[in-house]
Amino acid sequence: MNFARRVAYRTAMFIVSIFSVVAIWELYKIIGPQDGGKFFGVSVLPRANNTAMPHVSTMLSRYSRPEVRGSDKKIWAVVLSGAWFSLRLSLVGFFLGTTIGVGLAVLMARFNIVKRGLLPYLVMSQTVPLIALAPLVVSWGGKLEIGSFVWPRWLSASILGTFLAFFPIAVGTLRGLSSAPAAAVELMESYAASWKQTLFKLRFPAAVPFMVPAFKLGASGAVVGVVVAEISTGLKGGIGRLIIEYAREATGDPAKVFTAVFGAAALGLVMAGFVAISDVFLMRNRPKESSI
Amino acid sequence: MSAVEVIGASKIFNQGKAQQVDALVDVNLTVNQGEFVSLIGPSGCGKSTLLRLIANLLEPTSGSLMVNNKTVSQARLDQDYGMAFQQAGLFDWRTVSKNIELPLELKGWDKEKRAARAAEMLELVKLPEFANLYPWQLSGGMQQRIAIARALAAHPPLLLMDEPFGALDEMTREYMQGELLRICGETATTVVFVTHSIPEAVYLSNRVVVMSPRPGRITSVIDVDLGAKRNEDTRAADGFFRNITAVREALRGTQAEHASANAIRGLEDR
Repeated sequence: MNFARRVAYRTAMFIVSIFSVVAIWELYKIIGPQDGGKFFGVSVLPRANNTAMPHVSTMLSRYSRPEVRGSDKKIWAVVLSGAWFSLRLSLVGFFLGTTIGVGLAVLMARFNIVKRGLLPYLVMSQTVPLIALAPLVVSWGGKLEIGSFVWPRWLSASILGTFLAFFPIAVGTLRGLSSAPAAAVELMESYAASWKQTLFKLRFPAAVPFMVPAFKLGASGAVVGVVVAEISTGLKGGIGRLIIEYAREATGDPAKVFTAVFGAAALGLVMAGFVAISDVFLMRNRPKESSI
Repeated sequence: MSAVEVIGASKIFNQGKAQQVDALVDVNLTVNQGEFVSLIGPSGCGKSTLLRLIANLLEPTSGSLMVNNKTVSQARLDQDYGMAFQQAGLFDWRTVSKNIELPLELKGWDKEKRAARAAEMLELVKLPEFANLYPWQLSGGMQQRIAIARALAAHPPLLLMDEPFGALDEMTREYMQGELLRICGETATTVVFVTHSIPEAVYLSNRVVVMSPRPGRITSVIDVDLGAKRNEDTRAADGFFRNITAVREALRGTQAEHASANAIRGLEDR
């Protein structure tokens, strides 16, 4: 079927792209300078030696060896459980980001004054460095008590994911909601349709081609936010924590940190993959060229 | 009872500003039940504006409009008219039959009733086998027929059309004109039809309303004496050409007037 074929095509392209990245990496290790390329004393080319750039095979085989010498826990299991932990935080962050982003987009589409007042602040919010924000969110969260609700530490990491996720979603959805053709809006008016009816029967369906790429950005943004928050707040259990722990061992065991980095990358791909699958599903009955 | 009554309607855009446009000035028009009336005129004569005033998509600057003895805003709320535009404007994400059901959904009809009516409308426009396809899988003429089916789905007594066949090729266009007359005859629908084409206006209409620009107004109304029954032979009949000539002369008059008005303005500018 068409649906299955598109999924298969996308998967094939993904595998091809992975192999090309591996090929480029290994090629550079062959032709690149072992101690880095210097140009008038300034380092411009990365070092191609095994400490800075381990072989792909070394990195992959590292997964099947124990995390620390003498431990019976293999590193793949540690990375996997770290990724699973961070995935759950990212999903919470993405879900909140979607709710807030779509909510803001609807408000901005409905009231021009909200759009003009709010949009500059949304843009500004994205220029605040996440690392500066992370400890603040943790300390605010720690002070928050609503009845019996106590702010869990992991929620701070999710909130930072939300912070990165909501912006592309809000902007993309707003763009999509305003993309309904004027004639279609006029048609709905001629039926005396309410704003809500126009929103659900026209604006949202018309917005889907714009929302999907925005949601993809939002999904990977949620992962980045969670991982950075784990690193800067020292939250245990996730892939971010593994990255800083393993990075400390980079001189003795250079392949180790890459195992965690790939875990984080895979996490982002899994999140974006969810969105891509929903894209194929949502757009299955649309003309091909309307997919952006 | 008249289907449409326009009394002294004017529409001025950007009133009091430098870009003020007198789109329509003091327009009076009565359309009777079951009548087919075309609005024709050069670009900027306000024919689309007049249609939108009747549809209550625009508010008149002055004057009043009635549809079926109701105010136009009440008529819009009651879905007393259906509308079709140059672009069929079907929703890509809905099947043909769901597109036709759209106005019924908005009216709160239940599912079975909607499906039954959509099937009935598809029979009317002779496309029953396309119910479950998507609009983009259909040709332009078929899409426009679906748009007409959608406009008539709630059985409104009045159909407002803004150059619905403007984007179609000549062959399809003539076929669609015949189909439109048949459909409106079967459903006893009153039609107000905006067009650029003189033969189209004459072939379809009981009356052709000729309009002129700057300011937009009605300059003449021509009764088309081709009788009630029209078919492909009508296009070759003497009466058809006589009526076309009458409309063409009425339109020339507006242009001559327009040209002389420009000449006078040119003199003043100097």
